[in-house]
Amino acid sequence: MSDPLAPVLELSGVSKSFFGVPVLKGVGLRLFAGEVHALMGQNGAGKSTLIKVLTGVHAADAGRMTLKGEAIAPKSPLASQKLGVSTVYQEVNLCPNLTVAENIFAGRYPRKPARKWGRIDWAAMNAEARTLLAKLNLDIDVTRLLASYPVAIQQMVAIARALSVSAQVLILDEPTSSLDDDEVQRLFTVLRRLRDEGMAILFVTHFLEQVYALCDRITVLRNGELVGEHLARDLPTPALIAAMIGREFAAKQGTGTPLPEKAGETPLIELRGVAQRGRVQATDLSVRAGEVVGLGGLLGSGRTELAQLIFGLSTADEGELKVAGSAHRVDCPSAAVKLGMGLCPEDRKTDGIVAELSVRENIMLALQARRGLWNLLPMDEQCRMAERFVKALGIKTNDIETPIGLLSGGNQQKALLARWLATQPRLLILDEPTRGIDVAAKQEIMDEILRLAGEGMAVLFISSEIEEVVRVSNRIAVLRDRRKVGELPGGSAERDVYQLIAADA
Amino acid sequence: MNNKLMHTLTRHPLLWPVVTLALLLAINAAFNATFLHLEWRDGHLYGSLVDILKSAAPLMLVSLGMTLVIATRGIDISVGAVVAISAAIAAWMIGGSLVVHDGVATHVSRFPMPVAILGALLVALVCGLWNGLLVSVVGMQPIIATLILMVAGRGIAQLITGGQIITIYYGPYFFIGNGYLFGLPFALFIAAAVFVALLLLTKRTALGLFIQAVGINPSAAYVAGLPARRIMFWVYAFCGVCAGVAGLVVSSNVKSADGNNAGMLMELDAILAVTLGGTALTGGRFSLAGSVIGALIIQTLTYAIYSLGVPPEVNLVVKAGVVFVVMLMQSAEFRGMVATHVRRAAA
Repeated sequence: MSDPLAPVLELSGVSKSFFGVPVLKGVGLRLFAGEVHALMGQNGAGKSTLIKVLTGVHAADAGRMTLKGEAIAPKSPLASQKLGVSTVYQEVNLCPNLTVAENIFAGRYPRKPARKWGRIDWAAMNAEARTLLAKLNLDIDVTRLLASYPVAIQQMVAIARALSVSAQVLILDEPTSSLDDDEVQRLFTVLRRLRDEGMAILFVTHFLEQVYALCDRITVLRNGELVGEHLARDLPTPALIAAMIGREFAAKQGTGTPLPEKAGETPLIELRGVAQRGRVQATDLSVRAGEVVGLGGLLGSGRTELAQLIFGLSTADEGELKVAGSAHRVDCPSAAVKLGMGLCPEDRKTDGIVAELSVRENIMLALQARRGLWNLLPMDEQCRMAERFVKALGIKTNDIETPIGLLSGGNQQKALLARWLATQPRLLILDEPTRGIDVAAKQEIMDEILRLAGEGMAVLFISSEIEEVVRVSNRIAVLRDRRKVGELPGGSAERDVYQLIAADA
Repeated sequence: MNNKLMHTLTRHPLLWPVVTLALLLAINAAFNATFLHLEWRDGHLYGSLVDILKSAAPLMLVSLGMTLVIATRGIDISVGAVVAISAAIAAWMIGGSLVVHDGVATHVSRFPMPVAILGALLVALVCGLWNGLLVSVVGMQPIIATLILMVAGRGIAQLITGGQIITIYYGPYFFIGNGYLFGLPFALFIAAAVFVALLLLTKRTALGLFIQAVGINPSAAYVAGLPARRIMFWVYAFCGVCAGVAGLVVSSNVKSADGNNAGMLMELDAILAVTLGGTALTGGRFSLAGSVIGALIIQTLTYAIYSLGVPPEVNLVVKAGVVFVVMLMQSAEFRGMVATHVRRAAA
């Protein structure tokens, strides 16, 4: 029997590189029985990689893992599951077309004895599934298809599946990202009970409130390194954020200045109580012509969701959207484009570029969509326009006929910016326009944004780098946990933004 | 300058389809001395090449419609059934007989011919709209959505023909599939008209750009404000109409409509023609000319199999074998592999 005070699961000195790029550098983690442990860190901190090493998806390059004092090195998720480490992933990882019971026991259906030819024992399976779900306070028909239940229930089923393999360690990777408040509370009740029964739970989330509501201990990663392990009560929110972003957020004073309001000016776009269930809580927001409004907030705070609502990529359940003073219903991007909006999406590859089409075709795409099918932009005008933007934005490409997929990330992003600038939008929404591109390109894009606003365009600027938000914005709307928690004037310090995020979290 | 021309030629996407077609024609010519022979007979050109062009016309039509569908990353496997439906409707509406009245023979049809043609095309359009609805509005996978009509369509066609082969007795209708204009088969003019119309539509309007964008990255196309669903919807509708026109040509050519066999397996030939022409099944870049050449390749191959006297029971196997080789030849990866082996062997 192992020492009850020793950690159930302990990692030390775990390192992992992909293609020579170190992602984890000597990271350690301790999980004790009967605790909920939060794993925190910004994007790219190495949380996902650490979990994948833990669950055997990736093999560590170096380091040691012990489970109840014995060294382990799981080679596959199945192997780690057999060792007693179960994982529930962010996206429900089950088969919607199987029944609840089948999902719980997939791959290890109970069998009848050999004299009955080892047939599947459906009755036992369903009964067992019911018992497991009852432990989670869930009484549902286990013979119905998983798809017939809402995501929250599916999440519970995933947890039931994780528990059914006599797990000692339960890893939850952002389990709450698609749940609403009530559902989160129900999940927490279950998790607290499991903790009290002696389970070690590793909880990954971007919601700060939830960390303090649920967790006993916090491990913070940054840039693949271990920053520290703390008891939750010893690490107040500001200190946690400081640990995550790597400096006291005293640093820089923003350079953006508030834009003086003109008398009787109607905002270009105005949101009143716009909300979408499970994604965005009722939000008021306005952007005036010539103004850059930054959306500040940590990952998962609802920045992208809000942008998608405005642009018609998702539809609001409540609230009102006014463009230049008159109410509009924007339920698809083409409607938004007609109203003079543009959106550079967060995920450049999947929602932005059309990789095999040329730079020219990519640049003209939105303008052509607005002109309609029949009104093709003449070829010489297309070329002139593409050449002009390539020059103005400094897009590095062989020529305008090069497929955009061959360009570097920063140049693709500039071309996407050009796509929207070509439509001469009144409002441009930029969702992480500087993500994954080099410093020089970043600077050029930021300069371009400021220049455009100077020419009277309204800009909604989203970035997870608060420093950038502070620098370009005339006004900053701060989001946390899918709602707006306040606004700050341009020129506020980064610290002010973080304090607003951290306030009563 | 000459080098640059060579470079453009060897890189041209139509190079391999054209080479394949030329090769097949050469094989035919080698085994059949009169293959390339053309003469003027009965007021029109006569010869094997003309035969091939004439019998390839329906496949060209279907392949043209299929090209656009495949470019949007979709597929339409119901076109064969739509050919049968359109043929059945046309045959039934025309029916017809030769009436001798007071010593004057006149052709009589059940409905006037233009009405019958319009009726058949309208029904084909409805078939296409149905497919488009399932794919773009309901969001079904294209292969499943069109599978429904592929199976049901044969039944519908047989319902129309009453399970019989309807014979057409109305002379003027035969012109569509058997007539000649300026010495060339009239069906070829129909295919050419559709080809030119499509070419203009995809080059002179934004349709070509939109179809490619939707095919390569539907999500990005949607965010850019393209009416992605509407494009898909109408592409399937158009593909249905193309199959309908092909149905007219087929029924006119054989002067009858057979609900069970008209357009049989034509969807597969059409998909093959599109692929042979250099349009990838993964969507995006497409070549209308390539698909026309692809249809000609298939027809030439069929002709070769018959004229070389391949026993009928093995001709599908021979066809499959040739298609396999052609596909390998067209694959840049395979050519690269061969080139590496040749270089290694030489070294």
